[in-house]
Amino acid sequence: MRELLQIIGCAALVGALTIAVDSGVWLTFVMMALYASLLALAWNMLGGYGGQFSFGHALFFGTGAYVQAIAQVNFELNPWLALVLAVLAAAGVGLFVGALTFRYGLKGSYFALVTLAFAEVFRVLAVSFGFTGGGVGLMLPLRESFANMQFGSRKGSIALVLGFVVAAMLVTAWLRHSRFGAQLQAVRDNEDAARAIGVDPWRVKLGAIVLSGGFMGAGGAFYVQVFQYIDPAIAFGPSSSVEALVAAIVGGMGTLWGPVLGAVVLHLLAELTRNLFGSLPGLNMVIYGAVLVLIVMFLPRGLAGIGQSVRDVWRGRRD
Amino acid sequence: MLEFGILFPSVLNGLTTGAVYALIALGLTLIYGVLHIINFAHGAALMVALYGVYLLKSRFGIDPYLALPVVVPGMFVVGYALQRGIINRASHGRDENILLVTLGLSIVLENLALLLFKSDTRTIETAYTLTTLQIGPAFIALPKLVAFAGALAASGLLLWIVKRTDLGRAIRAVAKEKHGAKLMGIDVDHVYAMCFGIGLGCLGAAACFLLPAYYVNPQVGSGFVLVAFTIVVLGGMGSFAGALVGGLLIGVVESIGGLFLGESLGQIGIFAIFIAVLLFRPQGLFGARV
Repeated sequence: MRELLQIIGCAALVGALTIAVDSGVWLTFVMMALYASLLALAWNMLGGYGGQFSFGHALFFGTGAYVQAIAQVNFELNPWLALVLAVLAAAGVGLFVGALTFRYGLKGSYFALVTLAFAEVFRVLAVSFGFTGGGVGLMLPLRESFANMQFGSRKGSIALVLGFVVAAMLVTAWLRHSRFGAQLQAVRDNEDAARAIGVDPWRVKLGAIVLSGGFMGAGGAFYVQVFQYIDPAIAFGPSSSVEALVAAIVGGMGTLWGPVLGAVVLHLLAELTRNLFGSLPGLNMVIYGAVLVLIVMFLPRGLAGIGQSVRDVWRGRRD
Repeated sequence: MLEFGILFPSVLNGLTTGAVYALIALGLTLIYGVLHIINFAHGAALMVALYGVYLLKSRFGIDPYLALPVVVPGMFVVGYALQRGIINRASHGRDENILLVTLGLSIVLENLALLLFKSDTRTIETAYTLTTLQIGPAFIALPKLVAFAGALAASGLLLWIVKRTDLGRAIRAVAKEKHGAKLMGIDVDHVYAMCFGIGLGCLGAAACFLLPAYYVNPQVGSGFVLVAFTIVVLGGMGSFAGALVGGLLIGVVESIGGLFLGESLGQIGIFAIFIAVLLFRPQGLFGARV
């Protein structure tokens, strides 16, 4: 109940600030931070609560993005309808990959590598086929209206992505308190023990990857609607996988607010360095990578777990 | 359709590439076999070595093959320092942490290269770049043949170190029984760092053999990283013979796949093998049952 109030309160605050403030820089920052939060929340469902570290979440991101684009460009579908298809398709890819990998008991590093390989396969396929626009990619025609999910102002896009983020947080809160979530966390902490008390790890992990994939797909669809362009490298390349994973880990895996905190902090850092050094290619990613290494080294629980980590160090000193 | 005159050069080409793949995979499998960690930064480290070779040639005019005594020890030192300074400290005894740290390192290295060198693809010119030799019906570039011989020689040297030297004995002891080795007075952290160093040294050698017939750009490593993992998984994690055979096999598969399916779709063959092996035979061809 308290978490529900926190989520609603924060969403209302962001909503109010969006309506009240008209600065373009601020609105773009809010939109990108929310978008990054969405990716991180999606990754966190599988990585944080399920303990399955995916290195290829771009697989779901790209699937969502391409379905969203192809449905509109090739089939003239309404984007709202396309959005439903995009989320379902990404969740379906999650179901397929999950069924295959969890069936054969792949976990840990192996799971990470297989997700990466699947993302690569999809990238090569997207380059090779005609209906994806090949290496050139697909461009959405500019038709600004609410029905076309092109809002003409950042405020509309923020409302859309805020809706996604709230939904993802509600699902995360559900994972924290439901029977399914408890089973998922039991599998994460000790799969054999979970199986011994009657949890079916396969079914539980499958549920997590479907949820995670669906939300990641929503992120991809949102990307297409905002930037109106997608190509194989953006869709299935490593950058969205990395963004999702780093934000979730930096903020704190397996927590409700960690992914959002991580996404906001990383985007603040990115903005700061852009102001200091100008926009150099790759600089953002250097910072993301360095922050990831530092966090794993010094704050394995992420920013949300600073208090606990400090207590651990303190106790270690005293012992 | 399967004409010998077309297939033979393709197989030969695949074997020469495969030997370099094998050398790269040997470094990876050594690190995995002893430290039981997956070095995700392997591709990025190869990229660093390639830029090293490139800079030595373009700035100082040092021939890539003569750069071997510089690049291999250089990469060894980098590897030793990375393992002792960063990776070991960040692990907190959990394998996932190491995977994440090496992922972070690879992101940093790749994008630093992007910052320093831009995304341009660079090649070097040597006197022998365009020299070809005829073997049967096939013409093959001289640098590729040198790479083949050099990669096999380097692999042999690595095997000799592991099987015949005191260091090798310590490495095998740590790989088998870490705590027992520690009780026997082996400095486990030092052996770990040595393995990481040697693994990256292999990349240094691979880079020297690759560059005369290849190119370098900031993303070049990511192509190799999945290929190297495929080989290691195919051959069996930690198996040296597996990495050698797997490397040659993957080289040939890639070459023939490219012949029939075209460049981009041809890569799919490798990923398909990777996923299939992980799913159906995770212990690989030569590995013990996990």
